Amino acid sequence: MTRVVVITSGKGGVGKTTTSAAFASGLALRGFKTAVIDFDVGLRNLDLIMGCERRVVYDFVNVINGEARLNQALIKDKNCENLFVLPASQTRDKDALTEEGVEKVIKELEHLGFDYVVCDSPAGIERGAVMALTFADEAIVTTTPEVSSVRDSDRILGILQSKSRRAAEGREPVKEHLLLTRYSPKRVDEGEMLSYKDVQELLRVPLIGVIPESESVLHASNQGTPAIHLKGTDVSEAYTDVVARFLGEDRPLRFVNYDKPGLIKRLFGGK
Amino acid sequence: MSLLTLLFGEKKKTASVAKERLQLIIAREHGSAARGIDFLPALQRELIEVITKYVPVNPDDIKVQLEKQDNYEVLEVNIVLPEQRN
Repeated sequence: MTRVVVITSGKGGVGKTTTSAAFASGLALRGFKTAVIDFDVGLRNLDLIMGCERRVVYDFVNVINGEARLNQALIKDKNCENLFVLPASQTRDKDALTEEGVEKVIKELEHLGFDYVVCDSPAGIERGAVMALTFADEAIVTTTPEVSSVRDSDRILGILQSKSRRAAEGREPVKEHLLLTRYSPKRVDEGEMLSYKDVQELLRVPLIGVIPESESVLHASNQGTPAIHLKGTDVSEAYTDVVARFLGEDRPLRFVNYDKPGLIKRLFGGK
Repeated sequence: MSLLTLLFGEKKKTASVAKERLQLIIAREHGSAARGIDFLPALQRELIEVITKYVPVNPDDIKVQLEKQDNYEVLEVNIVLPEQRN
């Protein structure tokens, strides 16, 4: 059985593509055959984050329109054996995504024996975002601890509950997960940032993880290497935990507490 | 800083302001979503139609408002009747 997971948020710039790349890679590292699809037609970026931008020949829209076969468009990831990227088209717009077309591609991935299909949603609540979540079995709602992001996530949760296939057919609803990104325990400690508990209380969705604000994310995107591969960094560890929790493992939350520097540290500096 | 804030009290932390604002706006948006579409404008229009049948009122003098107080909602209809001429 193929599980379709949408990475969504409503608001842009909160880390959907970073998360899609890291999460899909994490699933592949755990041995699952995984495809990650860029739904941001016209503004594709997943290929850059995955570091496969120079290998794009055919794209998602080509496959939908029957101009290319699916296996011609799927790009094998350079880091993981069983991970494939389906890039978005850069020259079309989101109207090129039809419900029948998207369904056909997902059915075909199922046929090819994929365990997981990760859908990287564009920002907004228009066609591209709706298409990305239509066929989802599970959703990772990516949110930063900032008012506009929280409100937009609430909005996208409502859309998940009304426009997904599962909702339309009256099946068991899409399983929702909340992922907090760009989290700064220090600022939370100082009362300058909503805590993960606050956001969870506001959105009422189970928390799947907290990704700390980190320089590593830029390093990762600079190189076109999903952040989960930057061994030893907090972001990589946090995403690894997210994948483990997604697979049903129990992992305590990390990177959410701020240790105040001691007097010595403050006097003599140090990171 | 800590000594001063201890002495003079502290300004409200911005995170708690953010939380309160979000609680309000999310509750409001859920309210209108749960009722499907926002019916207030239509209600207002129909009220004006009915009332002007009996009393000559200015459409601007009919105000319809929905407010949420704790666990119940209050639909407030405010109609200003024209002054009676004798």
